[in-house]
Amino acid sequence: MRFKAELLNAEEMRRALYRIAHEIVEANKGVEGLALVGIHTRGIPLAERIARYIREFEGKEVPVGILDITLYRDDLSEIGVRPQVRETRIPFDLTGKALVLVDDVLYTGRTARAALDALMDLGRPRRIYLAVLVDRGHRELPIRADFVGKNVPTAKNEVVKVKVEEVDGEDRVELWEREEA
Amino acid sequence: MRHLLDFQGWTKAQVENTLDTARVMAEVLERPVKKVPALQGFTVATVFFEPSTRTRISFELAARRMSADVVSFAAQASSLQKGESYKDTLLTLEAMGIDAYIIRADSAGVPHQATRWVKGVVVNGGDGRRAHPTQALLDAYTLLEALGTLEGRKIAIVGDILHSRVARSNVELLPLLGAEVWVAGPPTLLPQSLPGARLTPHLDEALAEADAVMVLRLQKERMEAGLIHLQDYIAHYQVTEARLKKAKPGAFLLHPGPMNRDIELEGTLADSERSLVNRQVRNGVAVRMAVLYHLLVGKGR
Repeated sequence: MRFKAELLNAEEMRRALYRIAHEIVEANKGVEGLALVGIHTRGIPLAERIARYIREFEGKEVPVGILDITLYRDDLSEIGVRPQVRETRIPFDLTGKALVLVDDVLYTGRTARAALDALMDLGRPRRIYLAVLVDRGHRELPIRADFVGKNVPTAKNEVVKVKVEEVDGEDRVELWEREEA
Repeated sequence: MRHLLDFQGWTKAQVENTLDTARVMAEVLERPVKKVPALQGFTVATVFFEPSTRTRISFELAARRMSADVVSFAAQASSLQKGESYKDTLLTLEAMGIDAYIIRADSAGVPHQATRWVKGVVVNGGDGRRAHPTQALLDAYTLLEALGTLEGRKIAIVGDILHSRVARSNVELLPLLGAEVWVAGPPTLLPQSLPGARLTPHLDEALAEADAVMVLRLQKERMEAGLIHLQDYIAHYQVTEARLKKAKPGAFLLHPGPMNRDIELEGTLADSERSLVNRQVRNGVAVRMAVLYHLLVGKGR
């Protein structure tokens, strides 16, 4: 793969997440009944940061859960490599909650679809929002994000790499291009 | 891993990976909706040439919790023309488009042979005295849940070792995870050798400082065959509260079921705090879900 461009640096990433945190509280008219759910892998640290920012400016704790969507993927009967199943841990009752699903990149919408099905099996939230750091387009399902850090028009042979300190050792979003085979 | 027949060629990493998946499956079983769509579109057949209600239900539940379709074939091996009939039965199912076969048979090697007859994946649900790998996996899972690690832990297996596929599979599996396995039983029910385990006819030697004790079911046929006398067995090999004093304090107790209370173990022990028997049954479903996921997903179509 060939590196093409930096889409967000650490400071821009922080500002985008900070803005999303504010937008979430604004949309929910406060933090009452609010909860965040990060999707493996990088959605989890992003959800934790949004919760931290909300704590900073609202002084209130918003619970954070983690969700693995592997068992809800729609391609398990066809793929050639078995995806690793990871832990789901929702340490609160999500029935009646306003949930914000957090992921790093919104692309085809299939992960979000799987996450919605998984959440419905775990309880009955009052409503579910979707927050993503990058929306790169190319949806294959009728799904849109409620909160977006940055909209990036991309080509299908491009790859958006979100790096987060907790997983990758740095905060940075990059655009790469897949070499033609 | 294309099939699960036994643990030959398995690595510690493969075992740990399977058990990690089983931990996620156990969490699924705690949810309000105890079902995930992962194996939608797959068909699993339980093919039991030897009756076993518990194991069959555990596998069927595991497959259904993963949204697979399930069909069952049950027959007494004695009513079949062995050999050809195993094959005919499997080929008939094969023609109906089965993706995974859970095979239990009274003769060793039937699941192995089946891998040459069918295109689907084969899971050994117990074959003769040879192997019962999902039982050993659920035992390992349960032991890890109770002990945290098996590294350097002493596990004693007590009873009819000679005829036990449960003992054999555990002796293959538990040392991979670092356990020291001892097997004890009457000399007539001990094999000549059992690679991976230390053999002893003295129960106390196996129990000494053990972290957990796995008690096997004593089959009536062994008495009928004159291999043991019931009173002698009870006197020397029944696992009792008093004998367990040789083991580590609070040593755990396992049994693959169904139990003969007051024969292979003192009846009250089965309900004591040490007993992991109910956890074994519960964990069996999670472990079998993990096995089906590992075997069926990622093959492509």
